[in-house]
Amino acid sequence: MNFRRFLLVLVPYGWLLALFLVPFLIVLKIALSDTALSIPPYTPTLDLSAGWAGIKDFFGALDFENFVFLTQDDLYWKAYLSSLKIALISTLVTLVVGYPIAYGMARAPQEWRPTLMMLVILPFWTSFLIRVYSWMGILSQEGFLNQFLQWAGLTSEPLIILNTNWAVYIGIVYTYLPFMILPIYATLEKLDVSLLEAAEDLGCSRTEAFWLITAPLSRSGVIAGCFLVFIPAIGEFVIPSILGGSRTLMIGKVLWEEFFSNRDWPVASAVAVILLLILVIPIILFQRNEQRQRELEQ
Amino acid sequence: MAQSPSSSVFAPWDDPTKKPLIRFEGVTKRFGDFTAVDNLDLHIYEREFFALLGPSGCGKTTIMRILAGFDPPSEGTVWLDDVNIAPVPPNKRPVNMMFQSYALFPHLSVYDNIAFGLKRSPMPKSEIDGRVQEMLRLTRLEKFARRKPHQISGGQRQRVALARSLAKAPKLLLLDEPLGALDKKLRNDTQFELMDIQEKTGTTFVIVTHDQEEAMTVASRVAVMDNGKLMQVATPDRIYEAPNSVYVADFIGDVNIIEGNLRPQEPGKVLIDWTEGEAPIRAEANGGLTEGTRVSYAVRPEKIAVSAERPDDRANVVQGKIIDIAYLGNISTYHVQLPSGHMISAQMTNSRRIERRDFTWEDTVWLSWTDTAGIVLTQ
Repeated sequence: MNFRRFLLVLVPYGWLLALFLVPFLIVLKIALSDTALSIPPYTPTLDLSAGWAGIKDFFGALDFENFVFLTQDDLYWKAYLSSLKIALISTLVTLVVGYPIAYGMARAPQEWRPTLMMLVILPFWTSFLIRVYSWMGILSQEGFLNQFLQWAGLTSEPLIILNTNWAVYIGIVYTYLPFMILPIYATLEKLDVSLLEAAEDLGCSRTEAFWLITAPLSRSGVIAGCFLVFIPAIGEFVIPSILGGSRTLMIGKVLWEEFFSNRDWPVASAVAVILLLILVIPIILFQRNEQRQRELEQ
Repeated sequence: MAQSPSSSVFAPWDDPTKKPLIRFEGVTKRFGDFTAVDNLDLHIYEREFFALLGPSGCGKTTIMRILAGFDPPSEGTVWLDDVNIAPVPPNKRPVNMMFQSYALFPHLSVYDNIAFGLKRSPMPKSEIDGRVQEMLRLTRLEKFARRKPHQISGGQRQRVALARSLAKAPKLLLLDEPLGALDKKLRNDTQFELMDIQEKTGTTFVIVTHDQEEAMTVASRVAVMDNGKLMQVATPDRIYEAPNSVYVADFIGDVNIIEGNLRPQEPGKVLIDWTEGEAPIRAEANGGLTEGTRVSYAVRPEKIAVSAERPDDRANVVQGKIIDIAYLGNISTYHVQLPSGHMISAQMTNSRRIERRDFTWEDTVWLSWTDTAGIVLTQ
C-alpha cells in the first residue's frame, strides 16, 4: 500500500525533476557563467577529472554579473515592462471578447453546444504558425482588411496595422481566445438557470442578476482563462516577431536575439531566469485560486 | 368538515361575497404542439394553502411558472388582486417562489441569501437587518446566518429557501415541490412547520407536489390535475371521500374500482349489477342516473371489513379467499379474490399482535361494507 502510494507520488515528482528542475538548474548555471568564444559558448565548465579543486574552481567562477548587467542596460527592463503591458492588455481584450462568446455558447440550445465548442477548438487543427502568417495577409497594407475598408468607403488611405503593436494585440487575442472561452464556458454551463430566475423573482432586473449572480459565479473561470492567456502571452515570441514591427519590444524577442544573434548565452539565460520568476508569481496565484475553488466545492 | 358552517371555519371558496386573490380565466399555455395547461379557470383565495397535485407533466409546474412570471400564458388572463399580471415582469410581481432545487446563491451566506430580495426592495437599509433576523428566527436558522449554503444540511437549506422567499412578505408564495429533496421523516416534520409558518405569516401559499399525502396534509384545498386540465378542486376530505371521477379516486389513496350497470331504486338509492352470481351492490347516489348506465363504483379498502362469519347488518357482503396480506405495522391490507375473479382490497387495523391474527393466506373470509361506504362514478 505504502509502496504503491510512494510510486504514485514519484511519477509526477520525477517528471518535474527531470523536465523542469534539472533544465532550470542548467539554465541558472549558464546565467551565472561568463561568455566565451568556445563550444559551448560560456565558461566555466565542470571538470570532474580535476577532483575537489576542479569543483571549487567551478563554483568560484560563478557570479551574478549578468543579472547586474540586466539592470544596467534599460533595454531589458523596458522589454519586461512592455511585455507585461502587452500581455495585460491582450488578456483584458481577450476577456472582453471571450466572455460574451462563452456566455452565448452556454445559453445556446443543448444540441448546438457541441458544434459551437468544435468551432472554438477547430483553429487548433491547423498549424499555429500558418494561422499567424495568414494574419499578415489580412493586416498588410494591401491585405484583405484594408481592401475591405477601402471598398466599403470607411478609409481612403490604407491603415498601417502590420508591424505595429496593434497587429501583436490582434494576433495574441486571436490565438489565445479559445483558452479564455473554454474555462469560462465550463463555469457558465454549470450555472443553474434557476439561480437567475430566483434572482429575478426576488426583484433583480436581468442586468442586476448578471452582475450579482452570473459574474461572481463565473469568477473562477474568468481567473483561469486570464492566467491561461496572460502566462503564455508574456513570453510570446512568434507573434511579435512575425506581426510586430522593429519597435515592438517583447522579452521573448530579446531572449531570442541574445541567444541566436549575440550568442550571449549567459545573458540570455539570465533574461530567461528573470522571466521565469515573473511568471512564477501569477502561476502561484492561479494555483491558489484553483485550490480555493476546490475547497469551496467540497 | 363535520362541524356546522360557522365563521371560524376557513372556507372562503364557499362564500360568494369573498373576492379571490387569484383568478385564472381561460388560461392556456402551449409549448410548440404540446398543451401544458388547457383552458384553465381557477380561483385561489387569500390566506389559502392551495395544492396543485398531479403526476409529472400534468401542467402543475407550468401554472406556477405562469404565476411567477417566467412563462407568459398563450391565452387567457391571470388576475392577481384585480390586476392583470401578464405584462408585469417577474421582478415587479408581489409574488415570490421557492424553487424545487432551492436555488440558493452558493456564493452568498445564509444571511445574504435572505437579505437578497430586501436589498432590491425600497425597504430602508436600517430595517433590512431586523427583517432578516425575524426570518432567521421564524425558520430557526439564527445559528447558521454566517454559513454558506454548502455548509448546511438539506433541511436547513430548505428553510433558507423558505425564509428567502418569505422575506419580502409577498402576497403570494409559490412552492415548487418544496419537500421533494428531504427524507420522509424530515418531510413530515417540515410539513407541519410549513403549515405553522403559513398560519403565522398569513401569506397565501400555492404548493406544487406529486405527493398526494403531502397535499392532503398541508393544503386547505387541493386541485388534482391531469393533462393540463383540472380534474377536481376541493378540500382534502372531499377529494378523498367524494372524488368526482375514477381518475381522482385512483390518484388519491388506494381504491377498489368495480364496474357495473346501474339500476335506480327509491330516490337516492341505487343497485349496481356487476357480476354473475353476486348480489348487486347497494349504494347511494344522487338522481339523474338512468337505468343501465355503465358506472364505476369506488370503495376505499379501509371502509371494507374482513370477518370470518357472515355479518348480517351490512348492506354489501361478499365471500372470497385471501390471496395476499400486506403487513404495514399499524394496518394490514388483505387482497381477497372473489369467485368471479375480482380482486378486492380491504384494510384492517392491527389491534392485536401479529401472531394472534385471525386470518391467514388461503382463508375464506367475508368482506362487508355499508351502502354509504362507496361512491358511484360516471366518468
